[in-house]
Amino acid sequence: MKIGVIRFPGSNCDRDVYKVIELAGGKPEFVWWNKGDLSYLDGVVIPGGFSYGDYLRAGAIASITPIIEGIKSLVKEKKPVLGICNGAQILAEVGLVPGVFTTNKNSKFICQWEDLKVKTNRTPFTKNYKKNEVIKMPIAHAEGRYFNQDIELLKDQDQIVLQFTDSNPNGSLNGITGVCDESGLVCAVMPHPERASSKILGSENGLNFFKGML
Amino acid sequence: MEYNVEVKISLKKGMLNPEASTVERALDLLGYEVENTNSYNTITFKIEEENELEVNKKVEDMCQKLLTNPVIHDYEISIK
Repeated sequence: MKIGVIRFPGSNCDRDVYKVIELAGGKPEFVWWNKGDLSYLDGVVIPGGFSYGDYLRAGAIASITPIIEGIKSLVKEKKPVLGICNGAQILAEVGLVPGVFTTNKNSKFICQWEDLKVKTNRTPFTKNYKKNEVIKMPIAHAEGRYFNQDIELLKDQDQIVLQFTDSNPNGSLNGITGVCDESGLVCAVMPHPERASSKILGSENGLNFFKGML
Repeated sequence: MEYNVEVKISLKKGMLNPEASTVERALDLLGYEVENTNSYNTITFKIEEENELEVNKKVEDMCQKLLTNPVIHDYEISIK
C-alpha cells in the first residue's frame, strides 16, 4: 500500500511518519503541498509541524493549498486520511472533520506523555484497538484545545476517536483530542502515534494507527 | 477605485481567550486591576474595485474562506 506523507513548508514530523509507515509494512512517499492529483496513492498522512509558521491560525494557510483538493478526492474514493497534530489542525480548518483545535487553555506549549482512551474502533486507524482501551502517546502542541458547537451530534455519530483520561491538559471540550468525519475514514488526532511506535521511544501503542490504514 | 479595508476578528462571545486572560494577569502583576480584557486580530489591506458593494462581497468571501474560522470567530469589515 502506497501512503503519501504530505509536506508543507514547516512540516517537521514527516520523516518520523515516513519511517513508521515503513515499520508498519507500508510504502511511504513524500508528497509536496502543490500536488493536486493523489489518485495513485492508497491513503495519506498529514504529519505534524508548523506549516506556514502557524500564521493566521494553525493550519489555516495549508487548508487552501492545491493538495487539499487531492485529499478531498481521496476521501471521495473512500481512502484513509490521517492528520496528526498540525495535520489535525489542517483537517479541521478544511472542514473535513468537525470543530477546531485552538489555543490551549493555559496558553502554553505542552509536550508530555498522556494516557488516552480510544473511544471508537470503527475507523481504519483504531480498528486494532479495543473500544475504551487506554493507550499511551505523547502530545506536543500549543493549539490543541478542541472546541465544537455541537458535542451531542459528535457523540450520536460516534465521531470521538481519542479522549484524555485523568487530566485535560489543554482544556479541550470533554477532553476530546481526536475526532473523525462521519465515515470514520478521515481522522484528526492531536497526540503523536508516530512518536509511540517503537519500544525505544517509550511506547508502541501508536503503531496500530499505521497498521490499521494499510 | 482604491479602497482601504480593515477586518477586525474577535472570538465569539463566551469563547475562552487565553491571550486576553494572560494579558489581564500580567497587568495585575504591574499593579493594574482590570477586567473584561479582550484581544482582537486586525488585518488591513488595499484593494482595487469598482464600488464598495463589490469590495464588501469579496472581503466577506475572504473571511469565510481564510481570514476567520467561522466556528469560533466573529468579524467586522470596514471599508474606506
